[in-house]
Amino acid sequence: MSRVSFAGLLTFALAVPGFGGAFAEPPAAAALDAHGQLANPELQARFERIAKELRCLVCQNESIADSNADLARDLRRQVREMLIAGQSDDAIFKFMTDRYGEFVRFAPPLTPKTALIWGAPFVMLLLGGTIIYRVARQRSRMPLDE
Amino acid sequence: MWKFLLPFAAFVALVVLFVFGLNPSRDIHALPSPLIGKPAPQFALTDVNDPAGVVSNSTLKGQVYVLNVWGTWCAECRVEHEALLAISQQHVVPIIGIDWSIDHGLGERDKAKQWLERLGNPYAQVAFDKEGRTIIDWGVFGAPETFLVDRDGKVIYKFISPMTQEVWEKEFLPRIAAAGKGV
Repeated sequence: MSRVSFAGLLTFALAVPGFGGAFAEPPAAAALDAHGQLANPELQARFERIAKELRCLVCQNESIADSNADLARDLRRQVREMLIAGQSDDAIFKFMTDRYGEFVRFAPPLTPKTALIWGAPFVMLLLGGTIIYRVARQRSRMPLDE
Repeated sequence: MWKFLLPFAAFVALVVLFVFGLNPSRDIHALPSPLIGKPAPQFALTDVNDPAGVVSNSTLKGQVYVLNVWGTWCAECRVEHEALLAISQQHVVPIIGIDWSIDHGLGERDKAKQWLERLGNPYAQVAFDKEGRTIIDWGVFGAPETFLVDRDGKVIYKFISPMTQEVWEKEFLPRIAAAGKGV
């Protein structure tokens, strides 16, 4: 399967001048199909999940999967290469956070520093629920106007 | 008592949140670098001016140096260029440049050479990051970004935005002095 697509890619690269230099991402070329996706569907699925989870720091509200920025393109290349090299998801996330900090992850892991972010919705829910409960109970005790 | 105190406490909490959160002098794009206090990422790249030459920070051990990431495609790098030239002429510490080729080498090297010939060269050495791998190792997400590395090869400061004389004097010189390199 990968042999066939590699041959196809090679033919394409030879037939279209400039293709090899401009679009192929060289070390990964053998494991990529003609659309630049990972030939192994399992790796491609992991790639898509990881790329969606990493923030493009140039355009901070986009993931590197969605962004057209040059840096996002290079970070996607990095993720693909690490997947092809057999690295785990955790290793890839660690590579990114070691360089760019926890901020590159849209969903940072639960640590004492991020406890507030993860905990706040539940605290709010509890607080709101308590207020509604108390108000409702108080009102049910009040005499009706008419 | 509760009825008044609770809303008031909530109001105070919101004010505090807004004072910090909406403070206009706080740059929301400035991110703390996880590299501070860590060993500087090693690189060995070709020289912008000499494709056969190597520029590596392994030759800078025991020396305080400034590392400046730039590119000819970057307008803000043009803005800081005069300041970098003036700083280099003070000969405090060497400035190492990394020319970030966002197009993976297509023409950036020649443009960089022309840029340095035409505008002057503030760099002791300029490395050519053809594939944008070294800048990822340094956690760079835009240009210009400027780092300060101490004698032990540790990153001690990162400045995002165009360098100015004022920033140099306020942020860099004191740190260089503290790192043991007299001004």
